[in-house]
Amino acid sequence: MSSLVVAHTRYLLIEQLRVPISLLASALFPAISMVAFVVPFAGQDPAGATTATGSLMFFGAMSGALIGLSIAVAQDRELPWNPYLRTLPAGPFPRFAGRVLSTLVVMLLSVIPVLLVSALFTEATITPARLLLGLGALVVGTLPFMLLGLFIGFALSAKAAIAVSQIVFFPAAILGGLLLPPQVLPEFIQVVSPYVPTRGAAELIWWATTGAGPDAVALVMLAVWTVAIAAAAAWAYRRDEGRRFT
Amino acid sequence: MTILARAIEVTRRYGDVLALDRVSLDIKAGELVGLLGPNGAGKSTLINLFVGLRRPTSGTVELLGGSPQDAAMRRGIGVTPQETGLPESLRVGEIVDFVSAHFPEKTDKGELLARFGLDDLVRRQVGGLSGGQRRRLAVALAFVGRPRLVFLDEPTTGLDVEARRALWDGIRAFHDDGGTVLLTSHYLEEIEALAQRVVVVGHGRVLADDTVRAVRDMVGVRRVSLVAEDLPELPGVLGSERVDGRISLITTDPDRLVVELVRSGAPFSDLEIRPTTLEEAFLAITSKETAHV
Repeated sequence: MSSLVVAHTRYLLIEQLRVPISLLASALFPAISMVAFVVPFAGQDPAGATTATGSLMFFGAMSGALIGLSIAVAQDRELPWNPYLRTLPAGPFPRFAGRVLSTLVVMLLSVIPVLLVSALFTEATITPARLLLGLGALVVGTLPFMLLGLFIGFALSAKAAIAVSQIVFFPAAILGGLLLPPQVLPEFIQVVSPYVPTRGAAELIWWATTGAGPDAVALVMLAVWTVAIAAAAAWAYRRDEGRRFT
Repeated sequence: MTILARAIEVTRRYGDVLALDRVSLDIKAGELVGLLGPNGAGKSTLINLFVGLRRPTSGTVELLGGSPQDAAMRRGIGVTPQETGLPESLRVGEIVDFVSAHFPEKTDKGELLARFGLDDLVRRQVGGLSGGQRRRLAVALAFVGRPRLVFLDEPTTGLDVEARRALWDGIRAFHDDGGTVLLTSHYLEEIEALAQRVVVVGHGRVLADDTVRAVRDMVGVRRVSLVAEDLPELPGVLGSERVDGRISLITTDPDRLVVELVRSGAPFSDLEIRPTTLEEAFLAITSKETAHV
């Protein structure tokens, strides 16, 4: 079984890396934001630069998890290759695991440019242990967004998935304080912010990378969102299976 | 003889649509069976049930003595993907390796690609293949795991004559080595060239299941061809075509047709009455069925 997961992951990775447009899409915008905004305005402030690096890395990772995964899953369902795979002697699991693992790898690759800009052009500092902890927090924080990507991908057509995932993505990033730190957000956004999952994920990453005490409400809400979206993704998956394979 | 795939009283509905209506069918080891039927007759549904993509609404489907839903049973079969869905950015060799990873027994990659005339293209990405090359790759994938039974859905659609013959040779070679094949095709010529047994499906039912010859004879349709400028309305004509001034009429009752033709007084010459091809037989069976409904 595990060798099949490897085979599926490998082939999905080759596919994504040979047409690296989605990788570029999730890597480029946060890297440019780093150069344009963080380097000139917070580059000299070690704490501010470190926090901003974490936020923008998560921004890129979340784009891969939410937008990338939802479109990939929705497109998969529309291709006749997908039912063919179901005739091979393996259940749907290796394909599913391969899709999630390859998304994870692409996501981790897409955060590298932000990390490089931060290391080369800002005063951001971090210990190797906190960097690892931060990457762990990044993966945990993207979990609800991968699940949301799966939900959208299983529930909608590819065209609708492209639109819906983008519509969800930008407001979630802004409300969570990924583009501007929560302290400078307008008051009404500050009220809502702890209740969106992006804020919880960001708090987790800031906590891991700088040790800043996290907002407890945001972390609890992150867990609540993760469970709720997991249930929605499972529902969408079963509905899709029922439609196409019973 | 061992039965490799079996449908017993299988009914399949999609909502209100009855795709298969109490179909029973056995595929025995070593057979090369052609599945014929117009679009919407239930061919694809039947194949989807055998390869485990769908479950019957009622009745039983068995594959290699077990359930098609069981991955272990599917180790013994080979299926052709639609070539339009092959992953564009993967290389030919990579796709073969990927599919082989699913099977305990594998056909040697070089040998397989050579058999389907793809040996020069191992490192070519699928996106750069011609339509015919994609089709050959798709068919080759059915043979990757040394299957006992292969399902070939329209294996040569869109191929030129030469490529089609080459593929036929590949399928025959597999069959000569003891392999079992269930084949669907739009080209009746293909079924006639390859299959020994024909199953005609229409309106979700098996209309005929016999040897190619018997199916042809069973319906007793004949082809009446003649040279004429213009013909009156004639009885019992199932289909007609005109090629280079020569008119061919397909009928179940050639005697009556000729009598009516002579009686009409229409001038004609060079009258010929021949047994039909499978295509004509098929047309007769399915149109009879339509008349009943």
